Amino acid sequence: MHISEGVLSAPVLLTGAAATATGTAVALRQLDNEDIPQVAIVSAALFVGNLIHIPLGPTSVHLILNAMAGILLGWKAFPAFLVAFLLQSILFQFGGLTALGVNVAMVSIPAVVCHYLFKIVTKRDEEGIKRLGVAGFICGAVGIALAAIFLMLALSFTDGSLEEMGRAILVANIPLAIIEALLTSLCLVFLQKVKPEVFTEFQDGAQSLQRRGRL
Amino acid sequence: MININQGFAQGSSWVHQLDPRIKIITIFLLATVLAVGESIVMLLQALVFSSFLILSAKLDLKEVGKRLMVVNFFILGIWLFVPLTYPGEALFQVGPLSFSIPGVIYATKITLRSNAIMLGIIALLSTSTVSSLMQAMRYLYIPEKIVYLFFFVYRYVHVIWKEFNRLHDSMLMRGFKSETSLHSYRSYAYLIGMLIIRSYDRSRRVYEAMLCRGFRGEFHNLDELSFSSRDLKIFSGILFFISWIIIVEKGVFLV
Repeated sequence: MHISEGVLSAPVLLTGAAATATGTAVALRQLDNEDIPQVAIVSAALFVGNLIHIPLGPTSVHLILNAMAGILLGWKAFPAFLVAFLLQSILFQFGGLTALGVNVAMVSIPAVVCHYLFKIVTKRDEEGIKRLGVAGFICGAVGIALAAIFLMLALSFTDGSLEEMGRAILVANIPLAIIEALLTSLCLVFLQKVKPEVFTEFQDGAQSLQRRGRL
Repeated sequence: MININQGFAQGSSWVHQLDPRIKIITIFLLATVLAVGESIVMLLQALVFSSFLILSAKLDLKEVGKRLMVVNFFILGIWLFVPLTYPGEALFQVGPLSFSIPGVIYATKITLRSNAIMLGIIALLSTSTVSSLMQAMRYLYIPEKIVYLFFFVYRYVHVIWKEFNRLHDSMLMRGFKSETSLHSYRSYAYLIGMLIIRSYDRSRRVYEAMLCRGFRGEFHNLDELSFSSRDLKIFSGILFFISWIIIVEKGVFLV
């Protein structure tokens, strides 16, 4: 879900850039040097995840995985997406430069929303696998739906004539929202079963490792 | 599949040799002017300028074309919608659908703008290695943490990409067929989960290894960027051109 270069109007581009700058600034304040490798790993996984084609009937869709990023990283999803998209734009021109702010904000704001949503639904102390699956499903769907709504808004604020296209994109993203919801849910359950500590360690960062004497 | 290696970064043209700081400043200025620009004459000139950079960099034109195709996919969507939904005098009508003249002009502007910026990015950013861009970013006061993050992500993308292909290959060897079914989606979900776990373990190992070697949260430059007199001349030329397109955009000569 990228908006190409040169489509959006200056006010929309500026708003997106401001939102991304704010989100990144908040995240950088939380981010210690020791956390950088972890955030980088998720960012790189997002980069690769964006390249995976998931079959859907006769066509295929690209994953965005922003709910996953939000759940694992919280606000740090902003720099993670910023860097992933910047690299994509340098390596193979997905997205672009002036639209970078809008593209990052479009997926990262829903990621942060998912982060809090996930916390509310799971209430961390209860370790119910079912509850985790449900939370993943909701977050996956909300993440994509919100991102698609932002995309529609960005297009319709740019020019009235793009509104129709925005609506069409919104509708086209419904299947993606369902797939992401399903995948996020399954993937979270998998992580919980195989390596439950990723949930706490990604969020607390490297300090928690040091506290527990593992570094 | 997509090539994540920097195919365009190899080369010896003057574009390749240009100081990466100049490249970043240039593409930033150029993209900003183009993104807000409205004049078709200006956009055309910028497109010519970007194409000139591509030609000077002696890039594989077929490959450049392929990349532009991807970009223009979104633009194609614009062409499907905008001429029909933009209010204004009709250019021609097909049944109940009318193609408006301002709509076509608007879509043309978007196409020119998008392609000019994209060609600029290919010519200027893709011709530098990521490590040299990183160094340039540090000079240009990009927050250190972002630059480090960028460095690690670039490093890990290759590792994770390899890991992904390995896992995917082993799935295929066990008879996995990707199709629209719950089983297939579950397999993909586990694949992504496994990817996260493996890379996570790996990132910890790497970080611990770095700590053992005395890493204290800072990187040191080994090779300095040098700003030659040729860089200065080219940079002046570029600034002159950008001022020129701003003048054209403002319509000083075309009252």
